[in-house]
Amino acid sequence: MLILHCPCCGVDAEETELHAGGEAHIKRFGPGSDDDQFHDYLFMRENPKGVHFERWQHANGCGKWFHAARCTATLEVFGTYRAQTTEPPKDIRDAITAKRPGWVWREFS
Amino acid sequence: MSEPISALNGARYDGIATIEELGLQGMITLRGDLDEKGLAKAAAAATDQQMPGPRKAHVTDDSGLCWMSPDEVLVLVPYAEVEDKLAGMVKALGNSHALAVNVSDARAVFRVSGTHAREVVAKLAPVDLSDGAFKPGDFRRTRLAQVAAAFWMEEDGAFRIVCFRSVADYVFKLLKVAAQPGSEVGVL
Amino acid sequence: MSTRLSKLGRLIDRTKQVSFSFNGTTMRGFAGDTLASALLANDQMMMGRSFKYHRPRGVVASGAEEPNALVGLGEGSRFEPNQRATTTELFEGLSAKSQNHWPNLDFDIGAVNTAFARFLPAGFYYKMFIHPQPFWKHVYEPFIRKSAGLGKAPDAETRDADTYEHFYAFTDVLIIGGGVAGLQAAKAAALTGVKVLLVEQTAHWGGRAPVDGGTIDEGPVDKFVEQIVSELETMDNVTMRLRCMGAGIYDHGYALAYERLTDHAPQVAGPRHRLWRIRAKQIVTATGAIERPLSFAGNDVPGVMLASAMRDYVVNWGVTPGERVVVATNNDDAYRTAITLKNAGVDVLRILDARASGGGALADEVRALGIRVDPGKAIAKVSGGKRVKKVSICNQEGIGGARDEVSCDAVAMSGGWSPVVHLWSHCGGKLIWDDAQAHFRPDPDRPPLGADGAGFVSVAGAANGALALGETLSDANAAGLAAAKAAGGKAKRPKAPLGESAAELPMEPVWLMPANADTPLRVKSWLDFQNDVKVSDVQLAAREGYESVEHTKRYTTLGMATDQGKLSNINGLAILADALNAEIPQVGTTTFRPPYTPISMGAIGGEARGEVFQPIRRTPLHDWHDRNGADWEPVGHWRRPYAYQLPGESVEAAVNREVKNTRENLGLLDASTLGKLIVKGPDAGRFLDMMYTNMMSTLKPGKCRYGLMCSENGFLIDDGVVARIDEDTWLCHTTTGGAERIHAHMEEWLQTEWWDWKVYVANVTEQYAQVAVVGPNARKVLEKLGGMDVSKEALPFMEWRDGQIGGFDCRAYRISFSGELSYEIAVAASRGQAFWDALTEAGKEFGVMPYGTECLHILRAEKGFIMIGDETDGTVIPQDLGLHWALSKKKEDYLGKRAQQRSHMADPDRWKLVGLETVDGSVLPDGAYAVGEGTNANGQRNMIGRVTSTYYSANLDRGIAMGLVKHGPDRMGEVIEIPGTDGKSYKAKIVDPVFFDKDGEKQNV
Repeated sequence: MLILHCPCCGVDAEETELHAGGEAHIKRFGPGSDDDQFHDYLFMRENPKGVHFERWQHANGCGKWFHAARCTATLEVFGTYRAQTTEPPKDIRDAITAKRPGWVWREFS
Repeated sequence: MSEPISALNGARYDGIATIEELGLQGMITLRGDLDEKGLAKAAAAATDQQMPGPRKAHVTDDSGLCWMSPDEVLVLVPYAEVEDKLAGMVKALGNSHALAVNVSDARAVFRVSGTHAREVVAKLAPVDLSDGAFKPGDFRRTRLAQVAAAFWMEEDGAFRIVCFRSVADYVFKLLKVAAQPGSEVGVL
Repeated sequence: MSTRLSKLGRLIDRTKQVSFSFNGTTMRGFAGDTLASALLANDQMMMGRSFKYHRPRGVVASGAEEPNALVGLGEGSRFEPNQRATTTELFEGLSAKSQNHWPNLDFDIGAVNTAFARFLPAGFYYKMFIHPQPFWKHVYEPFIRKSAGLGKAPDAETRDADTYEHFYAFTDVLIIGGGVAGLQAAKAAALTGVKVLLVEQTAHWGGRAPVDGGTIDEGPVDKFVEQIVSELETMDNVTMRLRCMGAGIYDHGYALAYERLTDHAPQVAGPRHRLWRIRAKQIVTATGAIERPLSFAGNDVPGVMLASAMRDYVVNWGVTPGERVVVATNNDDAYRTAITLKNAGVDVLRILDARASGGGALADEVRALGIRVDPGKAIAKVSGGKRVKKVSICNQEGIGGARDEVSCDAVAMSGGWSPVVHLWSHCGGKLIWDDAQAHFRPDPDRPPLGADGAGFVSVAGAANGALALGETLSDANAAGLAAAKAAGGKAKRPKAPLGESAAELPMEPVWLMPANADTPLRVKSWLDFQNDVKVSDVQLAAREGYESVEHTKRYTTLGMATDQGKLSNINGLAILADALNAEIPQVGTTTFRPPYTPISMGAIGGEARGEVFQPIRRTPLHDWHDRNGADWEPVGHWRRPYAYQLPGESVEAAVNREVKNTRENLGLLDASTLGKLIVKGPDAGRFLDMMYTNMMSTLKPGKCRYGLMCSENGFLIDDGVVARIDEDTWLCHTTTGGAERIHAHMEEWLQTEWWDWKVYVANVTEQYAQVAVVGPNARKVLEKLGGMDVSKEALPFMEWRDGQIGGFDCRAYRISFSGELSYEIAVAASRGQAFWDALTEAGKEFGVMPYGTECLHILRAEKGFIMIGDETDGTVIPQDLGLHWALSKKKEDYLGKRAQQRSHMADPDRWKLVGLETVDGSVLPDGAYAVGEGTNANGQRNMIGRVTSTYYSANLDRGIAMGLVKHGPDRMGEVIEIPGTDGKSYKAKIVDPVFFDKDGEKQNV
């Protein structure tokens, strides 16, 4: 059972306080987008063995959404950060590089 | 108008800790920029308390402020004064972007006290409640078994627990089970 | 015979007699006995029968690894099957029954299976029960069910009389196992100042070292244990728990420990079991090692026992399992058993040491005691039915031609020791094969990884393969210290105590005894005692192509019993490896899964049973409903009255009465459960325009608007009336089940997509008791209570006002979900009951009656109003329901808009909402499908629609229904066929979904 540090309230929350929200950094496509864009936005998801970026909500806690970078194979957590960003911040990316040199995830590395 | 009635009308249980439903507590959810001076001033004016930092509660008797999230504070005031305090706060907030709303009747409040109070709560919440980790003035939003709850510790080592009114009966019964005679863990 | 000795028994108190019953016979033991030791003291060697062949079985071990001695414990509401006699502490009045036999333990009809054993080999069920398929349900299943399952399930009508609880504990270092290794590791860790939690599954500290002998710091082991325990007990940073088993280790330092509080003392108040939910920075498993049986013919005859267990019974409980004992071994350790027995006055007839060179220093000691040692010898077979009678002896190298026979009544066997690696393995710790000791042990380079990517579990003592006392202690000392440092402890270097024990010669692996045993011997050589798996079964599996150990396990059921193969795994692997001509590490092990031994369902559930099984949400009017005949319906976690039954009235009659009364007079509905969300801020209007399909930003303060919410997928997720409170504040009503979900939905979009929008949301659902006042007399009762002007002019349809009614501060919404003149009035929850009382009192002269959710449903269905969850099921879009009027065409965007443009969503063949009227006035079955022309590829009739809501309408005196039908709105008047599951087929005419007051005259008064 995971523990993630909630960057919003500072609690090291166990999984029963958290709600998983799937992949992070997905760009929304609305009216005006073509079928492929919209289809990919709604349905296509990464399924990596290794570095992954996810959305979590501290549901039984401060209620805030945040992002977590972790390894799906070992459950190592590289860091958590606020949800109000469209890309992983540099310190998180550096932390991953230190542990998993050469990592690539979608357009980020 | 008739007298207002709290969810459990002051129910009480004595086991390895004492469980009391405390009756109505004035509560205002205040959302806004907690670092903003005007908001902190409005909250302080209503409660005579300074704005608490993360995971802290500043409470004396029926008045106080509890840090709920980076943009939310729970304002405690005497129940009878909640409408006046709310009106005062709304006025003080003026045009700044904030939300203040009376939630007094949406909640139930319990006090868990006695030697084993920490253990009773630690049976239901995934929180480190050892005395080094959770001290008077500490505030935590979490779950009690299957429902959301928040609690803080008072100066005498007792807990105040806030939950939704609809589950007050469930929470009271939970606390009773957790405080049943012979269930001392003997570690907290 | 097995009997109590006049001396020894370090764990029993001979001054305290305890009486108990076994299969109805009263027996006596001593305080400190386990059920197994007490049974042995009463010469009850046979304790059960095996699962498959019903062979007589005796106790083989002395602890958690016991496969045979499983009993049903207790009676009635405290009955529990499959309890190990070896871990059951004796108490006054204990009642146990043996299992797997009929009519009784001594004479069992099922034992005939053993005569047919060669017809029931591995994979028998797979092979036998495949064909013919029609036999699956009525022939094979009953047969398999009858023979499946160990023990007896508790009576379905009884309820567990005990209570259980969880406890969340946080520690720096968790140490699992309270033997000398665990104790020393705890001390080493504790001296650094970190918080230490030490748990031990048995009722005693010290593990098996006090039985095995040797010295620690030149004193007896017992004395060391006593000292270190009292030392640890005085340390504030150490918590110690006995009868508390480390059950499982999980991700990120999570561990479960299973504490048995009153199993040994049922008269004590409090919970029976406590499940510790532990978070530890570091975990040390000091779980010891388990002795392996030897695989020889007849190794399951009662009286054949692990050598270490036999030693335990003598030393710990003063019981000897036999009077004339033969010892078979491949290592030096078993000689300790011979010495112990001999010193206790038991005859040890022979030590058969499979090693050609025999044993070391301990062998010399044995010989000095006058015991005969035969190197290079083996057991060819053990004879005896319910008790060992004799042993045939052969050479270990050979096929088992017996040269010699010895009459005896017990056999001690030792095949070497396997570290208990279960807890290390639970969360991914890997193993390495230790050739010298022929066992798997934890690979320190591949530990379970924590959140920081570093190992968080380490191993101490025998569990780490450090079997000799001296190694055990120094290994544990180092492990405890390392764990403490990793958990943030300040480095200290506690010195490991000096452990000394007799030097031992290397063991030699013996996987089959004798090494080339012929077939008649192999079919009687048991690997898994509990599931009756033999050497020949594993060999058969290998011949049939099962190369993977995981497949072999499932094919033969090796290691799948309640003991999870604690004794059988390594022996089975070795046989499989040999049959596959592979090395043991190549074959690998099966996966170890928690819990270490079975834990009670009660402990897993914790407090969640009885009235706190799940939260029941109660409105402020709950108790009134309960006192006034409410027939409860669960709606999410809420309980809502389905209908209010008058004395003697059926539920159906109550519903019909409420339906008519609300249309004709006055109905009151507790609508408190409806979600109420405050949405405020300069961008609130813009935000709600995204949330709802229709326009909310243009709503005027004081007015209400019905709104639909869709997911980004386009599907309907909620609906409700939105009221604009002031310039930048709206109040959104959601469905009863939707309050928390829609609140979370709004927060999610605000926090993760439009975080720069200035909007705050608050859930004020429970702040209010909300009462729907419905019917032609609704205005009259409010006017009688007095206060706010509720006239048509002052409070028109779809508007709201704040004010007072009957002296209650309130907000009144003029909205209707029934088509009647209707007000929903919200008052503070704490005044809800008083307000309801005022309404019922004032409403008497107007024919007031409360009504429940079924009446609510019927009234809305009469009006053709949709209900989220009935007309929608997560695949329905507003267009399907003819709700185009609620889809804003002016808005560029709202959640779901783009999705609703996708080709499948715009498909004209989508099923659409219509009303359905049965030709004969009957009520359509709920959820039934309408069928059309032709059949599909499976020969089933093509479906053209389904019933979404169906009721008897007392107002119209006929069945009314709504449904989704292909091209439905274009087929008005057409009659379609709807087969029910009751064998009838219904005919229904497609009609407009508004059945009642089509022009809405009743609500606009």
